[in-house]
Amino acid sequence: MIPGQFQYYRPATTAEAIGLMAKLGDDARPLAGGHSLIPMMKLRLATPEHLVDLHGIASLKGIRREGDRIVIGAMTTQHDLLASDEIAKMLPILHETSLLIADPQVRYMGTIGGNVANGDPGNDMPALMMTLGATYHLEGQGGVRQVPAAEFYQGAYFTALEPGEILTAIAVPTPAANHGYAYEKLKRKIGDYATAAAAVVLTMSGGKVATCSIGLTNLSETALLADEAAKAVIGTSLDDASLKRAAAAAEAIMSPAGDGRGSPEYRKYVGGIMVIRALQHAAARAK
Amino acid sequence: MNDMTPTREEREARLEGMGCKRKRVEDVRFTQGKGNYVDDVKLPGMLHGDFVRSPHAHARIKSINTEKALKIPGVLAVLTAETLKTVNLAWMPTLAGDVQMVLADGKVLFQNQEVAFVVATDRYTADDGINAVEVEYEPLPPLVDPFKSMNSDAQILREDIKDKKDGAHGPRKHPNHIFEWTVGDKDLTDAAFKKADVTIKELISYHRVHPSPLETCQCVCSFDKVKGELTIYGTFQAPHVIRTVVALIAKLPEQKIHVISPDIGGGFGNKVGAYPGYICAAVATIVTGKSVKWVEDRMENLTTTSFARDYHMTTEIAATKEGKVTGLRVHVLADHGAFDACADPSKWPAGFFNIVTGSYDFPAAHLTVDGVYTNKAPGGVAYRCSFRVTEAAYCIERGMDILAQKLGMDPAELRLKNFIKPEQFPYHSALGWEYDSGDYATAMKKAMETTQYAALRREQAAKREAFKRGETREIMGIGVSFFTEIVGAGPSKNCDILGIAMFDSCEIRMHPTGTGIARMGSKSQGQGHETTWAQIIATEIGIPADNIMVEEGNTDTAPYGLGTYGSRSTPVAGAAIAMAARKIKAKAQMIAAYKLEVHEDDLEWDIDGFRVKGLPEKFLGMKDICWIAYNSPPPGLEPGLEAVSYYDPPNMTYPFGAYICVMDIEVDTGVYKVRRFYALDDCGTRINPMIIEGQVHGGLTEAFAIAMGQEIHYDNEGNVLGGSFMDFFLPTAVETPHWETDFTVTPSPHHPIGAKGVGESPNVGGVPAFSNAVNDAFSFLGATHIQMPHDFWRNWKAAKQLGLIKDAAFAA
Repeated sequence: MIPGQFQYYRPATTAEAIGLMAKLGDDARPLAGGHSLIPMMKLRLATPEHLVDLHGIASLKGIRREGDRIVIGAMTTQHDLLASDEIAKMLPILHETSLLIADPQVRYMGTIGGNVANGDPGNDMPALMMTLGATYHLEGQGGVRQVPAAEFYQGAYFTALEPGEILTAIAVPTPAANHGYAYEKLKRKIGDYATAAAAVVLTMSGGKVATCSIGLTNLSETALLADEAAKAVIGTSLDDASLKRAAAAAEAIMSPAGDGRGSPEYRKYVGGIMVIRALQHAAARAK
Repeated sequence: MNDMTPTREEREARLEGMGCKRKRVEDVRFTQGKGNYVDDVKLPGMLHGDFVRSPHAHARIKSINTEKALKIPGVLAVLTAETLKTVNLAWMPTLAGDVQMVLADGKVLFQNQEVAFVVATDRYTADDGINAVEVEYEPLPPLVDPFKSMNSDAQILREDIKDKKDGAHGPRKHPNHIFEWTVGDKDLTDAAFKKADVTIKELISYHRVHPSPLETCQCVCSFDKVKGELTIYGTFQAPHVIRTVVALIAKLPEQKIHVISPDIGGGFGNKVGAYPGYICAAVATIVTGKSVKWVEDRMENLTTTSFARDYHMTTEIAATKEGKVTGLRVHVLADHGAFDACADPSKWPAGFFNIVTGSYDFPAAHLTVDGVYTNKAPGGVAYRCSFRVTEAAYCIERGMDILAQKLGMDPAELRLKNFIKPEQFPYHSALGWEYDSGDYATAMKKAMETTQYAALRREQAAKREAFKRGETREIMGIGVSFFTEIVGAGPSKNCDILGIAMFDSCEIRMHPTGTGIARMGSKSQGQGHETTWAQIIATEIGIPADNIMVEEGNTDTAPYGLGTYGSRSTPVAGAAIAMAARKIKAKAQMIAAYKLEVHEDDLEWDIDGFRVKGLPEKFLGMKDICWIAYNSPPPGLEPGLEAVSYYDPPNMTYPFGAYICVMDIEVDTGVYKVRRFYALDDCGTRINPMIIEGQVHGGLTEAFAIAMGQEIHYDNEGNVLGGSFMDFFLPTAVETPHWETDFTVTPSPHHPIGAKGVGESPNVGGVPAFSNAVNDAFSFLGATHIQMPHDFWRNWKAAKQLGLIKDAAFAA
């Protein structure tokens, strides 16, 4: 549980950080909250020769409105998200999900950028960002690219990030004022990854689901967007049969690993239940 | 008497003696981060050692190449079994009469086994060294399932003893067999089963877990070549035993070994044993001439130093149709891992598992335990319990519930029907123990009344009907557990560790100004000894507890004792304190008689001093007596006021308790909620009710963890799973239920202050209460016994096996 040797850098600007990443090449890793990378380094499963710490870059922090989008700097911590009135008001599901990430000590350090960029299927934010239709700002020597969250994840720990690129910000379209939302997470204990979790954002019209998107956490190699499940409930009043159809459609795309949290069979089953509960909970919250 | 004279109540209160909820004095430093733990010990020029460990569960070692590691600047030495052989320490004796590799000698027998010890100038360099040591392994088939260990075609694990027909505890039946231990009357038990109206038989497994104290095992060894003295700072629950063991195996004179246990961050049995880290650090300090520190990390702690439990108990009970038990037959298959390193008193290969008749009057019982080797880490420590008592309590308490279910009786009613009655004490159990005192029915009834047990059962019956009608997907379980512990090891007639009798000790030295110091053979790891020991002295000799300093853990200053584990401190060391204090008091009485000019028999004790009978104004307080004892003792009497007591207990003590757990389980997710947990403990005389409550809270939390999720699990290849706190369930405040505590008081008749010990009762009684609640919840659906741990997933699996989960649940 002792890391090997590495060089440490603390750039003050994004440009400086990108320059360092380009110069240092494949053996460099950016360091955000460190809650995934540092344990991997202690186990010597990750052995970067260079760590580029992003904590010194003020412009990577903060939450701001840009038209109909909320833009969140990558180094904004989960604690910052929880402390933000803007988030609580405009993106309450982000507030709800942040509260379900680990514990306060982790949330003081853990950043939204690290959470989404690491490609860990156990992280909660990727599914949420896909559900919200968020876009990631990726910055490298070639400039800035904008990649939708739904197209970012390619496999466990494999993402659309190119070598030398840093995720700098996340832009989230502001959901409709009357939207309903829920993040339902089954976990063994505080601090654990989800056994299964589902994010739902929907709007209701005349007692029926008007729009809906559903995301799934830790039920496959990457976070998933359950489009068919969402389609199954649009236009319905979330009667039992529609809910079951949605759960079945969600289950159909799940392929969780078996681990101490449960067998694949169990995780898929409770994944379906999380979808049903998130739908019901979101509908109850919709105005 | 003027207004300034304190009342009797004020004098009593000022002592903060027994029965007082005195605040823990040690917490002043702990809550300010000012404790002094082993890792705080930093000696000049100190080196750091760390292990190369085996990735394989079973493999032959073809070669170890240390060349590259030794070339790393800062790496000073790499110890292997070959190095240790030069000082005859490649193997070490275990507490259970076996031998254990210190460093892998020819083969490895469990994953993460210690293979080489790298010594470097700092911890980082040591780890770099570890990564540079090249070990070539030839993997062998692993033996993981203990039920296959004695198969004729089973891989022989311990080649060092493969031809040895006899082990430390008698004949061996197979090269992978360690011992067979039998107790009780087989014929009488067989006859009881023949005559029985009703019998039950069930394999009840208690899975492998780990004590996981917050602070891991660690030491700093420092050898002074000039004086030839070895100083060891370590996380030792029993520092004197470590000193003697080091003297015996390292052939050093015992007076030149100084063992110091500073503050310890939890032990729970994990810090009783002797581990390769201690031996390697000691050898390394002798080899290098510099101090060497070894600190285990969390994964090393969970996967190598001393697991607990791993008992597979085939349990049979015979009874009449009215529910009177007539016989108990238990066979245990005990998985000891690669070496028998159980920490039990030496004559007890399965500890005190023969307490398995529990709180019930079994006329006949027979017990057999077979210990076997597997490719798993060695250990088998008493994780917050007296030796194998929690396994025994789980066995009988599950068994009684299974019997109740078969008889169609209420489990509490069945227990009440079979309790040992108060007039039967001292009670001689069918498996050989003499229970000192108990009033079981009173405790059980109090628990039932307080929790409104009958109403809970009515609610449960209604919920079961609602479940059957499909109105709810939640089931309710009520777990009843009534345990009897056996603690306070122990009387020298039947308890020793490697020949060292299991007494304990106290030395009290009063100072002229009316204060004093008490030094003990016990060693607190969080139990609060500095607080409670002073309270016993305060009551015994009338000096305020605040004026007594308690010191433990330094073998140079503390009297020889066997340490703290198995709830033995209060029963044994606590008795030694009272006895030492009474010696002080006896001398004080002689002094008081002389000064008050009366005969000793004309004095009576009055809270904090002696008073002449019938002359209340003639009084001499203990504070004044302390001064007189040093400065103007009676003619012919030695000056000074101090005493030592070594206490060899005449018997064990037998704390007991009644626990009731109410749990709701959602069958579709397996998620449970502990709605209520009530724990009534009878630990005899209560020294500090606040500390008792804290002990009960802690023990219940560990019991909750064990029953509901904690597990050291191995896959078929012998890979250890659950080796980190991600997977090894350590509940946080969020998961931990609310605890309701209660008590009755049945003093021990043979203990000087009537105290029995409480630290481990909640773990012993708690585990069956949780497990019985889960099993009770599912019982109306046809379940007889569901194995622990009862985590969400397993609860769901149980529901699925009972047909409660439809495969096509989501198909519309």
